[in-house]
Amino acid sequence: MTGNDAAAYAVKQSDVDFISAYPITPQTIIVERLSEYVASGELHAEFVATESEHSALSACVGASLAGARAFTSTSSQGLALMHEILYVASGLRCPIVMAIVNRALSAPLNIHGDHSDVMGSRDAGWIQIFAENPQEVYHYLIQSFRLAEHPDVLLPVGVNLDGFTVSHSSEPVEVLEDSVVKEYLPRNERPRLDYYSPATFGAFALPTHYFEFKVEQDKTLRKAGEVLDEVAAHYPSPEGRLRKIDKFNEDGRIAVIIMGGTTGTLRYAIKSLRFRDFSLISLKLFSPFPSRELVEAVSDADAVVVMDRSMSPGAPLHPLASNVATSLYEAGVSVNLISVVYGLGGREPTIKMVLEMFEKVREIARGGGKRLSRLFLGYQGDGL
Amino acid sequence: MLIPIVFEAGNSAQRSMANWRSNKPIIERNQCTNCLICWIFCPEPAIFMDESGNVQIDYEHCKGCGICAEECPRKAIKMVMESV
Amino acid sequence: MMQVSKLTDLYGREGLSPGHTACQGCGATIAVRQVLLAAEPPYIVVSPTGCLEVVSSQYPYTSWRVPWVHVAFENAAAVASGVEAALRALEKKGLGKRQKVIVIAGDGGTFDIGFQALSGAFERGHNLLYICYDNEAYMNTGIQRSAATPLGATTTTTPTGKLEMKKDITSILVAHGSPYVATASPHLWKDLANKVRKAQSKEGPTFLHIVAPCPRGWYFDSHLTIKVAKLAVETRIFPIYEVEHGRYRINYPVPRPRPIEEYLKLQNRFAHLLKPENAHILEAFKQWVESRWNHLLKMAEAFPL
Repeated sequence: MTGNDAAAYAVKQSDVDFISAYPITPQTIIVERLSEYVASGELHAEFVATESEHSALSACVGASLAGARAFTSTSSQGLALMHEILYVASGLRCPIVMAIVNRALSAPLNIHGDHSDVMGSRDAGWIQIFAENPQEVYHYLIQSFRLAEHPDVLLPVGVNLDGFTVSHSSEPVEVLEDSVVKEYLPRNERPRLDYYSPATFGAFALPTHYFEFKVEQDKTLRKAGEVLDEVAAHYPSPEGRLRKIDKFNEDGRIAVIIMGGTTGTLRYAIKSLRFRDFSLISLKLFSPFPSRELVEAVSDADAVVVMDRSMSPGAPLHPLASNVATSLYEAGVSVNLISVVYGLGGREPTIKMVLEMFEKVREIARGGGKRLSRLFLGYQGDGL
Repeated sequence: MLIPIVFEAGNSAQRSMANWRSNKPIIERNQCTNCLICWIFCPEPAIFMDESGNVQIDYEHCKGCGICAEECPRKAIKMVMESV
Repeated sequence: MMQVSKLTDLYGREGLSPGHTACQGCGATIAVRQVLLAAEPPYIVVSPTGCLEVVSSQYPYTSWRVPWVHVAFENAAAVASGVEAALRALEKKGLGKRQKVIVIAGDGGTFDIGFQALSGAFERGHNLLYICYDNEAYMNTGIQRSAATPLGATTTTTPTGKLEMKKDITSILVAHGSPYVATASPHLWKDLANKVRKAQSKEGPTFLHIVAPCPRGWYFDSHLTIKVAKLAVETRIFPIYEVEHGRYRINYPVPRPRPIEEYLKLQNRFAHLLKPENAHILEAFKQWVESRWNHLLKMAEAFPL
């Protein structure tokens, strides 16, 4: 299955009630597969082909508040269009699950993979999970429903998969039995729109009240990290359990932190004996950011490399590197940081490019020197 | 858990709107036929029918807009200036 | 479908409780109250941002005695689509019961920013009743023009009078194939109530366009709201009609219309229109009213209900 196939299959098994989505490359296949499942009767859900992504997420909010298990999916411009409603979905505590097939943001228009779309919305209060391959897409989507609907969470969850490299690449995916997934995802009661128990959803809050709502949301999001462990512990497939980070070759003195599909490329490069001095930290949970686990994993390192597949123009550091630097700062860990921007607009690093980067990083790490270095992997322009 | 949902439906009735008024409507009991026209045109609603079937003004919530007095078919409602 | 014939048929089931912060004499709340009194339960109300939403939902208070959701400004029809479809799905699975969906939106959230979602919901054919209370401008943000603002009206963004015609929302929705599109006025409470019930009895998306005079934004004294609504109808400016599956019926024929000046002179937003130097705009306004009325007559003749 491709990443998109796996996503649709997971959603089908998760007994969703409501799907509303709008097509956009490279997410379109998910929408098409789900339409097929609904049409064939394999999936008992209402599928609403809304006239835009903004309406798609709005309809999901309505559906979620009516008590339904709701799902949508999008990429890039679609996510950007939904932006306003992302905040409403988390503010109104809707347990919506969304598969985000990460794609670059216009302008210039680019349909290929990078993380700029989800990073542009990282403050929206959603739980954000990153899958490395179709198998993880499958496992993590299922667990996302349970996580979102957990009574101590009630927050929307995004499962991110790299556009084309994960969404369209095919690999064998082990799936669970329908009944097993169904048992794993029971229904919980939560406040809903009901004439016989009327409530008002979406009241407006004056300055006297707004602040507390937001802080509460932040607290809940942070706590969701703990709930995640519990949700994962119950997952019927031990290999598929959602975790915050994954470590490979832990003995390596230079730690590399990365999210998403390119993790596989790095793992392959490190496996080749020449680069056993590198350890790989694959980050699966971006929001709430697992500072503690990450710091623990890298506090001994000689140098820390952070791979960002998006940029924060004009900012001191790009999204992932910024979070890592802050986490290290708070923990009082002093280590040299190398921020690498890669893969923008779908320029996927080849093994050769990665090996060259590793050599460069070794050089920088050996040199001692600068606290913070900035590299671009694959950039072909002048200057840096 | 602090969520922006209000579970007590219609609880705005707890809020008094009385101090919005400059004028208040007074129903002339012997002119009023309890036709309910004032009630259907009240924006709040601040008009109701009591147990004896008489139409009354809910002075806690009346904002004194004057529509009831204007629309009463029998001119049974007078707008009187509020006392200070 | 129970016909409404007396006010006592409606008494007792308020959907809105007092204590909301609408202006004195607000036409919108009168219209909304009447809609909710007539609507047959169970139902769920969806509103976009606007006057109604703001006055009725200041946390921790709510004036809604019925279930109500507000998400954003432009998506009431999309949210309602989601609620409607979700309830259908849940009912099929035995996880809930279907309840009707009613959108109550202002002209801003319907004619302009909410237009895309409205068109999408109607095209997809969801089962919902869409009520538009039309106070002819973005009133809650302080009286700015909307597509529903009539020709010549003063707003803060059209200080010398709007130059464009009012968008013909009912024709647009009839063109979407809606089974029932109608107009109503709060002064004709019986007609309004029966239209709500008729619309609810239809399968598919239905629309009720209600004139909601605004004392604040139209600049008239608060006790005149119903009078102004009545004059809008009696001058043929706001015709009362219904369209069922593309067939027209004028519910309130106006054989002898009142002079348009009578309507305009009550509202300061039209004050400049009565000045001699603006006679040409007044003339354009009158022609617009007349041509629309004649068009309506022709439609009722060609496609009678």
